[in-house]
Amino acid sequence: MPDVNHSPLLSVEDLKTYLFLRRGVVKAVDGVSFQLREKETIGIVGESGSGKSMTCLSILRLIPAPAGRIVAGRILLDGVDVLGLDEKKMSAEYRGRRISMISQDPLTSLNPVFSIGDQVGGPFRYHGLKKGRKGIREAVVDVLGRVKIPSPAQRLKAYPHQFSGGMRQRVVAAMAIACGPRLLIADEPTSALDVTIQIQMLQLLEDIQRETRVGLILITHDLGVAAYICQRIAVMYAGRIVEFADVRTIYKRPSHPYTQALLNSVPRLGEKKKRLFSIEGQPPDLLTPPTGCAFWPRCERKLEICRREYPPQTPIDGEGYVSCWLYK
Amino acid sequence: MSVAPPSQSAAAAQTLARRRGKAGLKGFASWLLRLPWFPLLILLVVFFCATVGPYVTPHDPGALNLSMALKPPSWQIGGTAAYPLGTDNMGRDILSRMILGAKISVIVAFWAILFSGAIGTLMGMFSGYFGGKIDMIIMRLVDIQMSVPALALALILSASLKPGMTTVIVVIVVTYWTWYARIVRGEVLSLKERDFIALARIAGCNAFMILLKHFLPNILNTLLVLATLQLGSVIIYEASLSFLGLGIQPPDVSWGLMLSDARPYISVAWWVITLPGLAIVLTCLGSNLFGDWLRDTLDPKRRQL
Amino acid sequence: MLKYLLSRLLQGVVCIIGASVIIFVASRVSGDVTLLLLPPDATPEQQRIMRHELGLDKPYVVQYLLFAGRAVRGDFGKSYRWQTSALKLVLDRFPATIQLAVCALVFSVVVALFFGVLSAVYQGSWFDSFGKVFALLGQAMPGFWVGLMFILFFAVKLGLLPAFGRGGLKHLILPAVTLGWYSVAAQTRMVRSAMLDVLDSDYIQTARGVGVPRWILIWKYALRNAAIPLVTMLGVYFAAMLGGSFIIETIFAWPGVGRTVVEAIFARDYPVVQAGVLFTSIFFVLSNLLVDLAYGFIDPRIRYVR
Repeated sequence: MPDVNHSPLLSVEDLKTYLFLRRGVVKAVDGVSFQLREKETIGIVGESGSGKSMTCLSILRLIPAPAGRIVAGRILLDGVDVLGLDEKKMSAEYRGRRISMISQDPLTSLNPVFSIGDQVGGPFRYHGLKKGRKGIREAVVDVLGRVKIPSPAQRLKAYPHQFSGGMRQRVVAAMAIACGPRLLIADEPTSALDVTIQIQMLQLLEDIQRETRVGLILITHDLGVAAYICQRIAVMYAGRIVEFADVRTIYKRPSHPYTQALLNSVPRLGEKKKRLFSIEGQPPDLLTPPTGCAFWPRCERKLEICRREYPPQTPIDGEGYVSCWLYK
Repeated sequence: MSVAPPSQSAAAAQTLARRRGKAGLKGFASWLLRLPWFPLLILLVVFFCATVGPYVTPHDPGALNLSMALKPPSWQIGGTAAYPLGTDNMGRDILSRMILGAKISVIVAFWAILFSGAIGTLMGMFSGYFGGKIDMIIMRLVDIQMSVPALALALILSASLKPGMTTVIVVIVVTYWTWYARIVRGEVLSLKERDFIALARIAGCNAFMILLKHFLPNILNTLLVLATLQLGSVIIYEASLSFLGLGIQPPDVSWGLMLSDARPYISVAWWVITLPGLAIVLTCLGSNLFGDWLRDTLDPKRRQL
Repeated sequence: MLKYLLSRLLQGVVCIIGASVIIFVASRVSGDVTLLLLPPDATPEQQRIMRHELGLDKPYVVQYLLFAGRAVRGDFGKSYRWQTSALKLVLDRFPATIQLAVCALVFSVVVALFFGVLSAVYQGSWFDSFGKVFALLGQAMPGFWVGLMFILFFAVKLGLLPAFGRGGLKHLILPAVTLGWYSVAAQTRMVRSAMLDVLDSDYIQTARGVGVPRWILIWKYALRNAAIPLVTMLGVYFAAMLGGSFIIETIFAWPGVGRTVVEAIFARDYPVVQAGVLFTSIFFVLSNLLVDLAYGFIDPRIRYVR
């Protein structure tokens, strides 16, 4: 296979997704841009409400309508703008086929009244990849084997509640990779799992990536998980990426005050601190966000200009950038 | 698919508005505007017909006038303004009979709901509070009673006792007490474990006092909503019985009875079979809508009463 | 599972026995039946003879036991009117009632699924509002009046459908729709509410995420979950139809048990009344029993736990 295809697999350009509620407009994603290459893993890190899930739902075009709408931006997958496709094409050729998602909670992600054979067969059936009961059955057994579910052929008729959380997450992963997607989005895949199972899940993701060259976006609030598997990390706050750099830079030389604060709040073994560090203040109310840089009310190093204008992107080492007036 | 279910945000908005608490005249005016006017209007009209109505009917509801039999309503050809809604097969004015029918329906509904509510609540409270054997017996009784289709039981009873207004009330009470018993039992069971009950027991109150002073006020809301929602159901039930001839008997007037009288003439006189039915529908609608509004306002999360 | 089944069956039997007591008591509540059966100028001696013949001079408990004993053997006595076995009269007419009730149930379920699912999918649209108004009105209308209006409209004014009697499909339509009317509003609301919950669930999101086409998503994946509460309640609704059959059959002159019982009541034909109502009660209890059992089978989560 020809190696090193450096043109980006995924290119998100100035994505803006707003929620139009009765109370006002929530700018859930407010100008997000990044690129992802084949076989690369990007982690999107941030607090709840930072916009990380919304960004990925936007890529899949699964924003809850009618309140939510993608108002601006382009999302290019292999050069094709996903936002320009009509829904029918999106559903038939992209969702589940070229772009897939592994969702957060394994306990509720699978339909309780259908067998797992039926559910995993879905993607094959609806994308026309396999025809006939036998063909689909074989494909299902095959993909279940790839996610390391033991004795898949015997368990086709089993129901989700007969599996543990970790197993269920694998089944969800099987559904996601069934059609060989180019882009895989994992939304907090480990949050609902025990610590010992978390590692297994991450290893599974790595194996999948190695086999299929899929581009992986990992959403998480857990910095440890991000460090384990990602090459680059995007830190999001209030709907924007405030810092984007490769994983070593983020952890060794974080630039943005928010990133620094996040790293400080993780207690380290062996360290003796009197008080746990936590970031002062509350996450911003997205209905009435602060002017200028959204982080300034909680920032320890804020400048006067931070209150007035949103900082432009400043490149930092490698291909990263940071949006902060301190570096302009 | 929407982000938040509309009903939730509407309820939240209502709570917000209430909490902001506009004081004084402005607050009163806005409260007035938020009342459910449509059902209230209907219920007021019915109430008016039931109380004052019989004294102001344009004609004597029982007066026979065979020469004017089966006259259509005033807006149709052949109708006269003297009989605005037409006449029935005996020449009796439909409007006057409908007004009188309202009175009978309201009386029956009132007593029926009162007694079935009282008995049902009592049984429900005993069942829920004392539990054990008493609970088992009462609930078994409820199950058994609900094994016989309501209308069938009503028919048999009505036939055995002499049909008439009292019998109808008795029959309705016998059928409906079970609903109250079940629901009250549920409420009592959920309240039983609460601290204020334990405190009352420690303070030395006997069972009766506890039931009366502590449980009753808390389930009053539910009872009120239930009673309002039952109004329509009871009226339909009574109408069904009267329609079959085992409910209200002449010379009393009931909407159901009017429909039964009208049946043979269905092919020639549409108004006799339609209008009394509309009265039933509107009354039911009013009570259902009002009951829904009541249930929303008396939501336990915002205890008002 | 078996233990549960047995205990529910036992409960059902108790209910049926209790029902028979209630029916027995209700028929005897007025006191002396003979006064109604004999001509008004009957002598006290004749009354005494009749009372003895009918076994009415024995204590009530004994009467009940005799009644129950015979009932179990299928002997409800002879109809006072027709002089044939009361039970046979009832059994002959039972298929007609079942046919009507089943058709009514099918009708109501189909309508409820259609309106409930679409109201949920297009929540907030005019379709949804229309459905809500429809349900509201439907609940406020007495079933028998709806039947009369149907007759007025379809039979009298339009002459499209027959107003009474049992015959072909045409005869079935109006009575079945009227009988089903009772439950349509409640069922629709149940389907709609369940559907809304399901459409919001994570697993539907997952299915959407793997590209399941919209209509299959709604009618296969979502509906299977949303229908669970409805299906488990089918027994209750069927029982409600049985209850409503008394009045609906009377309006449409449908030759079923309901109408027979009503006629028998007016004719003071107690054996038929008792047989008819008890039989209906048995089916009533069975339908409700089915509800509990169905719940265990439909939801795979419970099926395997038990």
